[in-house]
Amino acid sequence: MSPLVPRKKEKFSIPTKYYLLVVILVCMLLLLVTFLIDIPKTASNSVLGYTIVPMQKGVSSIGSYFVSRKEMLVQISTLQKENEDLKAQIDELNNENIQLKQEKFELVSLRELFELDAQYSDYKKTGARVIAGGTGNWFDSFVINKGSKDGIEPDMNVICGSGLCGRVVDVGPNWSRVMSIIDDTSNVSAMVLSTSDNLIVSGDLESMKENHIRFSDLYDEDNKVAVGDKVVTSNISDKFLPGILVGYISSIETDPNNLTKSGYITPVVDFHHLSEVLVITEKKQEISAKE
Amino acid sequence: MKKLIMNVLLIPIFFVLQTAVFGRLSVVGVIPNLLIILVAVTGFMQGDKAALLVGFFIGLLADIFTFRILGLHALIFALIGFVTGQFHNTFYPEDFKLPLLVITGSDLSYSLLMYFFTYLFRAKFRFGFYFLNVSLPELAYTLLVALLLYPLFLLLYRFVIREKVNE
Repeated sequence: MSPLVPRKKEKFSIPTKYYLLVVILVCMLLLLVTFLIDIPKTASNSVLGYTIVPMQKGVSSIGSYFVSRKEMLVQISTLQKENEDLKAQIDELNNENIQLKQEKFELVSLRELFELDAQYSDYKKTGARVIAGGTGNWFDSFVINKGSKDGIEPDMNVICGSGLCGRVVDVGPNWSRVMSIIDDTSNVSAMVLSTSDNLIVSGDLESMKENHIRFSDLYDEDNKVAVGDKVVTSNISDKFLPGILVGYISSIETDPNNLTKSGYITPVVDFHHLSEVLVITEKKQEISAKE
Repeated sequence: MKKLIMNVLLIPIFFVLQTAVFGRLSVVGVIPNLLIILVAVTGFMQGDKAALLVGFFIGLLADIFTFRILGLHALIFALIGFVTGQFHNTFYPEDFKLPLLVITGSDLSYSLLMYFFTYLFRAKFRFGFYFLNVSLPELAYTLLVALLLYPLFLLLYRFVIREKVNE
């Protein structure tokens, strides 16, 4: 450009480093504030509820389509073999079923006798659909399509199929976030069904790669707990309702302190293929308050 | 102005894609990181200021949606945006290597920072395990998705971003 042509006056703009400084300060402030005081994120949650979540609900059907396509590709080779196995199993199960029906009849009458409640089936539940997964690989949570409008509150338990899946940690008007029990920061107080010994089930990214969940602090002085025992949520947990199945013990060993035991649990829930879940709309605190 | 509208639209689009589609398509237990692709690409296509802000807002979304403490993802993504923005002057749309290198670097630094802040601080020391089982598969998956998305970004670059340069 020739120096004679008058140049346009340059617009004044703030250098990026000041933007950087402001952004870093804002983040630091947010981190500090939310770390120190647990402020409810109601406002931001409802903003998201009316902007992002409707889009997610729409797009998640596309997501589900891809998920099912992917599943199909993976499974098609194993399906045929599985089919044959299953047919054999049906015969076996039919036999077993007849026996079990007789036993169930007996059980029902015995239960009435003892006035036992089948607690697990008595919880009020509501179904919900998984509409979004996480944004990274370090934490394990997912978003469901029901929120405070449907009566969901934080700390409600979530089950998928037959077992415990997680609990609600964040609620917006029409969505809520569920932290699954395999999240690295999750701890569940549980017990071995056969002996009522308490233990802690801790989600762990490391062991989840092998489809296990760690457990620890099992105090079992009579060595009665064995591989294959059922683990259910305990009575003393303050967040989880008692008696929900977590999984089966797959390995167990004595800790170096010779007092407690730890090991791994095989969960009953397939955490990688969640699509529908059940939210138990009763909370532990409420139930204990009623009693 | 056009760029601003594009960025404002791209943030929710990528966030929804990440959470509703790719967040559920896990392969060997990992999901790709589309957010880092957007931040890195914004960085070398539009410069540090735009990427800084895009990173901040998309990080904030991620924080609200998936994290108890606000600000961590926002900070990491904003910083990554600022750093990738420094490659703006050496970026040519014909060159494939630089974008891939920048995305690789961004994803690795994201992994390292996440490990550092959320795992090391809780005394989880087996970095090698996490690196091999989380960071590397995530990087591979992310790069694959980035390769698929990159032509779309080039279209945007040609028709929306570049106009400003020609003025």
